[in-house]
Parts: sequence; structure tokens; C-alpha cells
Amino acid sequence: MLNRILAPLSAAWKEATDSQVWTSIFRHGKPVSNRNRALVMMSNVFLHLHPVKSRKAGIKLRYTWCMGGITFFLFLVLTFTGLLLMFYYRPTVEYAYADIVDLQEHVPLGIMRELHRWGAHAMVITVWLHMLRVFMTGSYKPPREFNWGIGVVLLVLTLLLSFTGYLLPWDQLAIWAIAVGSNMARATPLLGTEGPLSASLTLGDISLINAGNDARFALLGARSVGQPTLLRFYVLHCVGLPLVAAFLMAVHFWRVRKDGGISGPM
Amino acid sequence: MIDLFKDLVNWASGPTVLFTIATLGLLAAFRFTQVWSKTSAKVFFAVLAVFYTASMWDPDFFLIVAKPDNIPITGVIFLVFFFTWFAMHQGIQNDRRSAGEGEVLEKQESEKVWVWPDLVYTEMLAMVILSIVLLVWSILLAAPLEQPANPADSPNPSKAPWYFLGLQEMLVYFDPWLAGVVFPTLIIVGLMAIPYIDTNPKGNGYFTFKERKAEIVIFLFGFLILWCLLVVSGTFLRGPNWNFFGPYEYWDVHRVEPLLNVNVSDFFWVKLLGRPLPTGGFFAALMREWLGILMVGAYLFVLPVVMSWPRDKFPTGFKWLSCHHYFEKMGATRYYLGVSLFLMMMSLPIKMYLRWAFNLKYIVAFPEIFFNI
Ligand code: HEM
Repeated sequence: MLNRILAPLSAAWKEATDSQVWTSIFRHGKPVSNRNRALVMMSNVFLHLHPVKSRKAGIKLRYTWCMGGITFFLFLVLTFTGLLLMFYYRPTVEYAYADIVDLQEHVPLGIMRELHRWGAHAMVITVWLHMLRVFMTGSYKPPREFNWGIGVVLLVLTLLLSFTGYLLPWDQLAIWAIAVGSNMARATPLLGTEGPLSASLTLGDISLINAGNDARFALLGARSVGQPTLLRFYVLHCVGLPLVAAFLMAVHFWRVRKDGGISGPM
Repeated sequence: MIDLFKDLVNWASGPTVLFTIATLGLLAAFRFTQVWSKTSAKVFFAVLAVFYTASMWDPDFFLIVAKPDNIPITGVIFLVFFFTWFAMHQGIQNDRRSAGEGEVLEKQESEKVWVWPDLVYTEMLAMVILSIVLLVWSILLAAPLEQPANPADSPNPSKAPWYFLGLQEMLVYFDPWLAGVVFPTLIIVGLMAIPYIDTNPKGNGYFTFKERKAEIVIFLFGFLILWCLLVVSGTFLRGPNWNFFGPYEYWDVHRVEPLLNVNVSDFFWVKLLGRPLPTGGFFAALMREWLGILMVGAYLFVLPVVMSWPRDKFPTGFKWLSCHHYFEKMGATRYYLGVSLFLMMMSLPIKMYLRWAFNLKYIVAFPEIFFNI
């Protein structure tokens, strides 16, 4: 009985994988022979991030926790869902909040906002855990010092991406969280109005640092969280920071390979 | 009985008690490494899960913990505990192996294997599971949306996003220029500097504790206590006006906590000499703050030098301060960079205890130029 269903299915599968369309996409046979396993890894642009063979300990879940990979996957999920959100969301004080409400209530399959927000929270946690794993296996030691540094920048970028995104719904939670966060910039030494020594930056009687040009102003584009801030954060969140992060991830993955693959005892 | 328990938990989650218990607990776990066993993990997680679930019946606990944006914090608690245990557990097991005849596990598994299918399938499974988790989470729990933004109506408490609450908690003890600017910068620089400061060649590419004790103790103290614990308590235990509230307490906006904080200059001039603070001009301000300046200067610039001396230069009782062997091993540049970063990190717990013990506000205070330490 089972055979009656399976036999045609496997025949159809064979038909499909032998077809010209399939073989034009996947250049190599099934990865059941060692030769094909190697060819598959090398000829696929996504898989070729990996080596063909790897030390057994290094690919174990108990060693890497797959945390870096999970972080990267979350980044991809966030890019995709973020793109869909951009179809609806307009970064103006007038429309932002209403667009978010629409997204949740009127847009079909309206869980993109949830996927995006929970994914972002999750990514912050997985970056921390990835760093914990890398530290606890001593994987920052030579020759991987530089890649650890790239990682730290990626950690900061992840937090900044999350922080800039937090403002976009333009609700009470959003503007006050950003207000609290950006208030700190006021206290930047030399460059903030309430920072140490900034009062000493004067030209004659005119003080050079004021609320209209200090570090906080540069961050917000205004004296308080407002339309310029929303636009600034939107551009950083949707274009600037993701580009930099994607670029550094490429460097990060490249270096994982060039530094000898996943770390292991000498 | 239940009320007694709740009072006890409320008391134990106060900043002073919680921080002390957590620090001592962590240090004890490094001293008695048997606790990183599977059995104690099971017991620990069972207790944590029971505590968490049972507490959900308390309305005040539920109100805070079940807030949609606070869900990640519950994730942080369980995941950080689990993975810290997992890393330490494997480290201790490897230490046992290498203490006997054996080799660490990662060495035993040195042979090369095909990435397809061994790794590719794991990754695919991870993606599928994660997708399901995210989908279920998103279907069950709507993303929060509060009232439209109103710049005229600031909520109390106003909180930064949860991952920055460790920094916001620091604001209790330090001015914004330190808590919000200098310390974040130092955290980033310090993290990046780790590979260049740490010259210990051992423990590269496998879990171990024995071979990297100092590094692991310092890093985990920073990560678990100074970062994660402050994030968790900043989210769950800080209410209106950033006052502390126990997990079973109602967030009362009207609760007033007396602030009787005093500066080092007050201690010296007013309490010790019985005189008013010197006033008038730059030099009077310097006079006022001389003791604080001396203390900070000694901590940051003299202590690292003193700590580099050999043990026999120290009187008995202070020999533990000697880091001479690190100085020898690491060389002057690495040693001074490492010790300075370490002392900067330790300035947070030091300032916390000074506050709790003496109500100390500022060690050095030049409010005239916003330069307060
Ligand atoms: C957006 C954030 C990040 C992504 C997507 C990412 C991704 C990855 C991936 C996929 C790997 C391969 C091994 C693994 O999965 O563990 C890896 C390795 C590594 N990562 Fe990251 N990472 C990120 C952030 C960080 C951070 C914050 C650090 C450290 C501060 C870091 C340091 C390293 C190092 C040193 C390795 C090599 C580890 C080894 O060879 O065992 N990365 N990363």
C-alpha cells in the first residue's frame, strides 16, 4: 500500500532531478559520494562559506552552540521582515503611529511587526551568547584577535540597530526610551552641553557648545526627540547600519575561514 | 507563610543584598567547581522554574514579568544561566580529562569530517526550529504599542530599551558622563583589547576552567554580574523614580526615598574638621576637593604601580594585592592596560558599596564644570 504511493513519488522526484531545469541549477549529483559532497560545497555560493571538511569537534552543537549562525539567520529574518514593513511604514510624525496600527490590524498576515520585534530582541540575546561562547572557548586568542574585534563592532551595531528601531513606532514607549538614552549624549566630555569641560570651549565670550550643536543635537537632529530624529533614526535603521553590519559580517565570515576555520586545540 | 516568603524575596532582591549574594555565589561556584555538575543544574533550573511559575500568581510579579517587552528578560535569565553552566560544565569535564591520562574532548575529536551532511543538516535544523519558535511567539504575543508619542507627558519610570538598562542603573552611582559615555566606550575598547592583553596561550580552542581561571573569573564577573544582573534588576526591580521595588511589590509612584547623599569633601571639611566648605574661585574648589582628587589619582595611577611590586614588598595581609607575576609575564604595556581597565571596571562595585555603606555621592565634585566622579 505504502509502496503504491511512494513508488510514483520517487519516480517523479527522479524525473524532476534529472530534468534540464534542475541540473542547470544544481550542477552536481546528490551529495552522497565524497566527490559530490566537495563539489556541492564549492559550487553553491551560500554553502561555500563553509569549508568542505571540518574538524569534528568544531561542527558539534555543544562547541559553537550554532550561536553565530543563529545570529546571522536572525539578521536575515530581520532584513526580510523589515523590508516588508517598509512597504507600509512612513517615517513622519504624522503617519508613523497610524501606519504601525494599520500594520497590525489591517495588513494581511499581520505578524511581520511581531516577527521583526521579537526577532530583534532575540538577536541581541544571541549575540551576547555567541560572545560568551567565543570567550569561553578562548577563540579570541591568536590568530583570531582581529576577528574578535570585528565581532565587538558587530555587537555594538546590533545594539544600535535595535536602539534606532525602537523609536520608529512613535509611541510613548519609543520616544521616551530614546529620550532617556540620548540624554546621556548631553554629558559627553567636551562635546555635550552638560559634559565636563565643554564650558571651557569658548571663543571670546561665546561658548562653542550649546544645546543647538552639541553631541545630543547631532544624534537627534533637534533639541528634543522630534521629526528630524525620526527621519535620522529611520535612515540609520533601514539603510546605514544594516549596510555596515552586512559588510562587517562578510569580513567576519571570511576571517573565520582564513583564520583556520572554527577554533580547536593546537 | 507565603507572605513571609514574599517578604524574604523582596528583601533579598534589594540592590545591596542581591548584588552581594550574586557576587558571593559566583565566587563560591568558582571555588567549589563541583557545583557545575548536571545534577546541580537540574536542581537549579527546577527551583528557578518553580519559583518563576508560582510567582505568576502574584499580581505585581505578573504585571512586570508578563509585559511583552520584558519577555526577553526572562529569556536572558534562563539562557544566560544555561549557557554559562554549559560552558563551565564542559570546561570542568575537560579539566578532569587532562588531569588524568586523557586529552580534552575537542582534541579527541580532531579528525576531519564532511561538512555536508554533518554541519549543513544541523544548521538547517537550527533554522527550522528557530523559525517555528519565532512564528509561534509572534502569533501568541502581539508586539506592544502604547499611546501615541506625547512629548509633554513623560512616563514614570522612563526606561531605556532593556539592553541598556545596565547603563541606566549605573546612573544611580555615576554621573551621565561616566555612566553614559565613558564606561560604554571603555566596555567596547576593553572587549576589543582582551585578545591583546591576554597572553595566556592555553585554553585556545576548547572549554577549560583550570587553565584560564583569572580570565574567566574576570570576564564572567563583568558579563554576569555587572551587565546581565544590572539589566535584569533594571527591568524588573526599578520602578517609578527609579526606586527599588521587590518582585512582589506594587510600583507605587508616590513612594519617596530620602536622599541624604554626601560627598567626600563634606566628610572631610564638615564632619572631620567641623568647618564650612571652602568657597570662592578655582583654588578654593581645588582645596575643597583635594582629598577626593588624591583618592581617585591614587586608585588610577598609583595603585597599578604598587600592584606590580613583588610579594615580599607588601606587609602581611596585603600580599594578595601583588600582581608581580602578571607584570613579569605580560610586560609593562599589557600589564598597565589590563590593570587600568580592570580597575575601571571594579570602580562600579566599589562606588556601589561606598554608596550603600556611607551614602557617598561624589568622591570628586566640581558641579561647576559638570565634572563629578
Ligand atoms: C552580528 C553579530 C555576529 C554574527 C552574525 C556572527 C557570526 C559568526 C559565525 C556564523 C561564526 C562561526 C562560528 C559560530 O557560529 O560560532 C562566528 C565566529 C566567531 N565570532 Fe562571530 N558573529 C557575530 C558577533 C560576534 C561577536 C560579538 C564576537 C565577539 C566579541 C564575535 C567573535 C567571533 C569569533 C572570534 C569567531 C571565531 C570563533 C571560532 O573560530 O571558534 N562574533 N561568528
